[in-house]
Amino acid sequence: MSEPLLEIRGLKMHFPIYEGAFIRKEVNRVRAVDGLSFDILQGETLGLVGESGCGKSTTGRAIIQLYRPTEGEVRFDGTNLCDLSSKELHPLRRDLQMIFQDPYGSLNPRMTVGDIIAEPLKVHQLAEGKARQERVQELMEIVGLDPRFIRRYPHEFSGGQRQRIGIARALACKPRFIVCDEPISALDVSIQAQIMNLMEDLQNEFDLTYLFIAHDLSAVRHISDRIAVMYLGHLAELAEGAEIYENPLHPYTEALISAVPIPDPEVEKTRQRIVLEGDVPSPLDPPSGCVFHTRCPYAWDRCAKEVPAFQEAEPGHFVACHLVDEPERRGKAGAAEPVATKTPEVNGPTDEEPATEEPHVEKAADEEAADSEETSEEEVTS
Amino acid sequence: MILPRFRRLFALTTGGPNKFSFLAYFGMVFLALVAFVAIFAPWLAPYELTHMDVTRQLEGPSADHWLGTDENGADVLTLMIFGARVAGLVGISVVSICATVGIILGAVSGYFGGAIDEVLMRVTDILMAFPGILLAILIIFITQEPSLIAVIGALSVSGWAGYARLVRGQVLALREEAYVKAARALGLPTRKILFGHVVPNSLAPVIIQATFGVAGAILAEAALSFLGLGPQDMTSWGALLDQGASYFLLTAHLAIFPGLAIMFTVLSINFVGDGLRDVLDPHALTRS
Repeated sequence: MSEPLLEIRGLKMHFPIYEGAFIRKEVNRVRAVDGLSFDILQGETLGLVGESGCGKSTTGRAIIQLYRPTEGEVRFDGTNLCDLSSKELHPLRRDLQMIFQDPYGSLNPRMTVGDIIAEPLKVHQLAEGKARQERVQELMEIVGLDPRFIRRYPHEFSGGQRQRIGIARALACKPRFIVCDEPISALDVSIQAQIMNLMEDLQNEFDLTYLFIAHDLSAVRHISDRIAVMYLGHLAELAEGAEIYENPLHPYTEALISAVPIPDPEVEKTRQRIVLEGDVPSPLDPPSGCVFHTRCPYAWDRCAKEVPAFQEAEPGHFVACHLVDEPERRGKAGAAEPVATKTPEVNGPTDEEPATEEPHVEKAADEEAADSEETSEEEVTS
Repeated sequence: MILPRFRRLFALTTGGPNKFSFLAYFGMVFLALVAFVAIFAPWLAPYELTHMDVTRQLEGPSADHWLGTDENGADVLTLMIFGARVAGLVGISVVSICATVGIILGAVSGYFGGAIDEVLMRVTDILMAFPGILLAILIIFITQEPSLIAVIGALSVSGWAGYARLVRGQVLALREEAYVKAARALGLPTRKILFGHVVPNSLAPVIIQATFGVAGAILAEAALSFLGLGPQDMTSWGALLDQGASYFLLTAHLAIFPGLAIMFTVLSINFVGDGLRDVLDPHALTRS
């Protein structure tokens, strides 16, 4: 549990934007991921949360080398994956798999379930002929699908079943590490719990390590051992699940956690929300210094000039914030401490914050308003 | 590997809610008839291809010569039956060549993008800027040898661009699909991703365009023959039409029958194409 399986150092993934027909000139670059350093420990589930467009999916894809990172290292068992050619990488791809968000788009509509699950076995020459067929049926049973459906097409299955097909495909070559890219976001609430339980069972059975990407804090809390919070291509905070909920050090994490509704209506009435100011800046032109300073309720002049280091503020608790050096500044903006209490098992609203004029603390009127989508939240705050 | 995919595709689509229309079936039956006639021409034709009876020039339809005779006294029905072979050969080979080249180049162009894409798309721009028939005339004029091969080659040179464009557009959209990313994450070689996942999903519109392409090629061959640039050693519908046009005021049948043959064949192909478009509608696939 303590040994790092993956060591990520200074990971950067920039997407260049070109202009011009024949002479292509790079005019700008999207800094989707801009310097991440963290470890993923053997056998753990690392939850990666952040709002849409903060680079969490890109991080996952860059780690398994679906995108070749612009800069940085991804060391898997001591081998730096970024240095390998695609040929050298091929045998390692067995160990690094991915489960996708969209169970409708991630399966080729012209292939049968059997062919889809057999594909990794073919590519890595793990089983031939009858053995391959048996292995496919075994995998279908493992993920809870009836092996008789082997000749059916993806469109004949429901969303949850399709996600099971995706999981079976990822499991086929016995990987050690799986990037789960919002595997439950596209599913019905009732199905989400089933898939999460399946994933937990599989983790115990096959000794898997997960990077669980989500924008749903409650789901992440349920499944993760440790949680990393991302903001605009940077890591804001990383700590054990309970620790990050009870003792969030980064102002962004504070705001995120305060947005999670509480299922007990009595407690929910006392929940104080920190509503962040403004919109997420563009990754084309990220702010100077700390990328969060434009929206941070505590920000002072140092934050705009100096990039905060991602440091271990408390044992096992990493954070990138100048407040660690100057804790007395916390609370100067007048924002109250958020209430961190028990969160619902599976579902919660997205963590996206509505744009408002000024930073202020919002008392959630009732559970219904807090539980509903962004639009109604805006009505309440304005 | 390709064949079972098509069979599955066919089973999937015909088993669904979309069925071929009456016109599509009419087209298929007519085309089957043309194909049958073309294949068994030597047995079906009432006369030898070389048969000429100079005493019976430019006669109208009669019991001996159902569709009359031409200026050399040859039987028009015989000439037309053999002409179906040229039409079929030109139509099928031009479309096969164009579609194959177009699919490969379009897929590569769309999938890899960058400089390859830029160069290939400018080439297709140039090819598509000229009317295809003009380019074909130019090519045959340069080669100085109006044979069947030259006609097929000339029509193929200008014809692939449309397919390449079509496939490129499809591939541009498909390469971002999650299942393509999944295949990449599994470590599939690019060639297999492109031709195993991307291209098969881009084929439905290509199949439809190909059916129309057969009609276009037959018409283009007829036009080239009409202009005297068709295969000289073989009788084709276009050549007969050309011949007939010279005698149109004297006796119209010589132009009318080949004209009708061309018209009905092209019409049938278009009916089949329309039918395929309805049946291959991507929504038919996702509905179970």
